[in-house]
Amino acid sequence: MDMDSSSWLTALHGSGTKRDTALARLHVMLLRVATREAHRRGPAARIGGPELDDLAQQAADDAMVSLLGKLDTFRGESRFTTWAYRFVVLEVSSKLGRHFWRRPSVSFDTEDWERLPARFAVDPLAQAQQREMITAVRRAVDETLTDHQRRLFVAIVVNGVPLDAMVSRSGSNRGAIYKTVFDARRKIRRFLTANGYLEGEPAAAQPTDQQVKVKRS
Amino acid sequence: MTGWWDGFERFLATDPRDIGCDEAMAVLHVYVELLAAGVDAAAHYPGLASHLAACGPCAEDARGLLAAVQDHDLHVGGPDEWRVR
Repeated sequence: MDMDSSSWLTALHGSGTKRDTALARLHVMLLRVATREAHRRGPAARIGGPELDDLAQQAADDAMVSLLGKLDTFRGESRFTTWAYRFVVLEVSSKLGRHFWRRPSVSFDTEDWERLPARFAVDPLAQAQQREMITAVRRAVDETLTDHQRRLFVAIVVNGVPLDAMVSRSGSNRGAIYKTVFDARRKIRRFLTANGYLEGEPAAAQPTDQQVKVKRS
Repeated sequence: MTGWWDGFERFLATDPRDIGCDEAMAVLHVYVELLAAGVDAAAHYPGLASHLAACGPCAEDARGLLAAVQDHDLHVGGPDEWRVR
């Protein structure tokens, strides 16, 4: 474990003024990260101003509680600060997911299958076969998915509800919902392949550089 | 096939190496530090790389964590630095 991380742990496991100082400095750092992350993601989530600052404050406070409760699990695999930042990033995600349902335009009960192509469109002009394909996907969804899988697939994939927003509404967790949609994807793919809409083996997922842009400083 | 169908087909393609959200989040801090150091993190954690390629929310968290790690203005310094000041 690096010296900086070790000294953080010693101070936080200590007592008296040293621990109080460490807690205060840790909270300052978590709040900086929360504010940065909230403002990075705020525009996409259509939230800003004092409301976004409040969200950052709550995320920092909750991350602090969560982090201190798991302090004994830190093994020094990364710097302490990176480990600590992760709690904040996850809290910001969770709170933005909750915020989603406060939009007046959000509808949970409707199914607008005509919007499915727009979720995946690369070339909006090339949509000649889209009605036949939408019908095929709807058949796959209706005939192969469980009610639970169907509900989550329609909400997230067809209606575009963010996964974290579904987490806040369902009381489940991100991993469980992702797994449900993961299984639904496999079933739908199998159905579409068996019925001649898709061919061959699925393309392997591309690793991170396409998804997580690396900005080397 | 149409443009959206190609995108949809890629979305349906699941990777058996995908470790899921819970395992991904458990090691995200380690992965991001490798990325920040310019190391091929995907080679060390192929299951996590596969997951980030498929899971938008976790990929967004990874981007946020990487951005935070690379922003040195966020860091307040560890306790050893406080004694010096």
